[in-house]
Amino acid sequence: MTDEELRVSKIENGTVIDHIPGSQALNVLAILGIDGTGGETVSIGMNVPSDRLGRKDVVKVEDRELSQSEVDVLSLIAPAATINIIRGFEVVEKHRVERPETVTGVLQCSNKHCITAEDEPVDSRFEVLDDGVRCVYCDSITRENIAAELLI
Amino acid sequence: MRHDHITSAKQLSRADIEGVLDRASEIAADPSAYADRHEDALLGLMFFEPSTRTKMSFSAAMKRLGGDIVDMGPVDSSSVKKGESLADTVRVVEGYADALVMRHPSEGSAQMASEFVDVPLINAGDGAGQHPTQTLLDLYTIRENAGLDDLTIGIMGDLKYGRTVHSLAYALTNFETRQHFISPESLQLPRNVRYDLHEQGSSIKEHTELDGILPSLDVLYVTRIQKERFPDEDEYQKVAGQYQIDSELLENTKDSLTVMHPLPRVDEIAHDVDDTDHAAYFEQAHNGVPVRMALLDALLGGDR
Ligand SMILES: [Zn+2]
Repeated sequence: MTDEELRVSKIENGTVIDHIPGSQALNVLAILGIDGTGGETVSIGMNVPSDRLGRKDVVKVEDRELSQSEVDVLSLIAPAATINIIRGFEVVEKHRVERPETVTGVLQCSNKHCITAEDEPVDSRFEVLDDGVRCVYCDSITRENIAAELLI
Repeated sequence: MRHDHITSAKQLSRADIEGVLDRASEIAADPSAYADRHEDALLGLMFFEPSTRTKMSFSAAMKRLGGDIVDMGPVDSSSVKKGESLADTVRVVEGYADALVMRHPSEGSAQMASEFVDVPLINAGDGAGQHPTQTLLDLYTIRENAGLDDLTIGIMGDLKYGRTVHSLAYALTNFETRQHFISPESLQLPRNVRYDLHEQGSSIKEHTELDGILPSLDVLYVTRIQKERFPDEDEYQKVAGQYQIDSELLENTKDSLTVMHPLPRVDEIAHDVDDTDHAAYFEQAHNGVPVRMALLDALLGGDR
């Protein structure tokens, strides 16, 4: 599938996440909590040739828009991603992800002794470092492979 | 000091630290001047895991300020056992006291608890995380014995799991110190601590043997290496034995060397060291009272 073909297979309502680094599409779905059981219609392009990234992934999710928390976490694994919100087959919003100072929710601290692993009424919260994230509660740092380490 | 809660030594600036230590010195010099300073105040003690000594030290500090304590008691007799969340427990207990002291086995528990309460909360240890009042009393002891600037300190033992070490190393980056870390390879500083020290501009000098650097040290801070960290007794004996000190070893050091230990010790420091001028570990434990008094005084509005 080429970039052109991906662009033309339009969806009516939902979100297109473009310019994801090659082979990260499944991690993007994990961030969105999509594993197929929810019944969403999802199309994925993996390792599509891209001028900017060499190879990129593209994810289209129908009837779903992203929360700010999801966008924040997405920025950690796909810093160059663009998010297109589609309504009535039209792109009504298009924005780049921005690397936030902190991310809240979505991720789960990898330290099994962390208070956020207990049944407490708090969301996980991570400070975003240049090359990783750090749990604001227990201080532990995750650098490599954030998606694999921290997604539930 | 501007802080509402004391959850981590990392939140303390040099000015914060010096403020507490100065006040602790004043208290130690004339405790009676503080004896009725917080007469109506109650300190709530929430120890979710046992630590008799830390608890006694806080109790003594509060009572010596003229206040009193209310103690949650052991966990097995409280509602925690019935599955109540920590967030709920602290929101109930804050109504009983003017400040809270908490020890809890989960890392980050004090930070989380502090987000749910309005009264000042002091972390008295959160798992392998922080124990800031231990750090303050360590700093106080170092300052009294060797000064905090132009200091060469060796920190030895279990540097991987030892939370007192992590907090102390971080706090010392506020001062002009040269820090040496001496441990078996398997118990070196963890990644997040290295990261912090690096961020603070501290160069980490790590050693597997004490011998080479011992003569240069002003302070040697010894911690216990626990048996549980090793696969078997033989391995433990072999490794731990290399990180034990006795009076003979200390013959090759500066006369002014100060030896510290957060206690309890097992056999890291031989008893024959106790009678030398190097030994400061009992004094260090006693310093917990004036230091905690100074901290409680600051948090309870002692500057009013
Ligand atoms: Zn954590």
